[in-house]
Amino acid sequence: MPLDNIVFWVFAPISIASAIGMLLVRNAIHAALFLIVNFFCLAVFFLLLDAPFLFAVQIVVYAGAIMVLFLFVIMLLGVASNVPVRERLLVQRPLAFILGAGFVVELALAIRAGVGFATKVPDTFTANEGGNTQALAKVLFGQYFFPFEVTSILLLVAAIAAMVLAHRRTRAVTQAEIDAASDVDDVPVYDAGAAS
Amino acid sequence: MISGILFMLGTVGVLTRKNALLIFMSVELQLNAVNLSLVAFSRLHDDLTGQVLAFFSMVVAAAEVVVGLAIIVAIYRRRRSVDVDDVRELRW
Repeated sequence: MPLDNIVFWVFAPISIASAIGMLLVRNAIHAALFLIVNFFCLAVFFLLLDAPFLFAVQIVVYAGAIMVLFLFVIMLLGVASNVPVRERLLVQRPLAFILGAGFVVELALAIRAGVGFATKVPDTFTANEGGNTQALAKVLFGQYFFPFEVTSILLLVAAIAAMVLAHRRTRAVTQAEIDAASDVDDVPVYDAGAAS
Repeated sequence: MISGILFMLGTVGVLTRKNALLIFMSVELQLNAVNLSLVAFSRLHDDLTGQVLAFFSMVVAAAEVVVGLAIIVAIYRRRRSVDVDDVRELRW
């Protein structure tokens, strides 16, 4: 357990600092990189909490897929440098800080009342019998089989929705037009979205 | 101990942001904070349900990110801006 604590206390400040850094930095790409750092710290926490499967999923899905998607969109939109920090939110900003601080205090009180800061986790994690992934699969495909299948439908719908939403209606280019345009200098690029 | 501190950590990450463009990333951070608390309580109560729930929330978060980013791209194409203040047609 002491080793766990050391690792935790190493990564806890990093994750908090990266979250704060994500808020304060102006460049969207820098914010995304801070968010990646934060995700990796969370993955380490998952490992500390005896959830190696979620550790892997966190790195693959969040730090890998989702952040690549974020960076891709940021690059595509080209909003890296030209985002002016407008001070329109003069009222909201202090209000948000007050609200956040209040929420943290409230949560501290709630945890103190409910769980207690001195509560130790049980030394043995019996639910992990036979490996975390196996145990998780047993629960997932037994008790939670139907929700699992529903999520597959959700993912399918989300993929279709993303394609429909991000689809740029391009004029259908016929082969005759391509042939006609091939001797002209400006060949119509089919995928013009990446260039803009 | 660990669980309580982790939850604090998550909420510090959750509530302190209100930027214009980075709202979406902040939402991701919130989801992750909640995931962390779910896994922490799963460990605390010796029950795998929390981990399953965190897994589901990851799946839903992935779907949400895909659709949300698609919407952002569509808005950007329409009005060349990603500032939420510029999208005011839905205001009454």
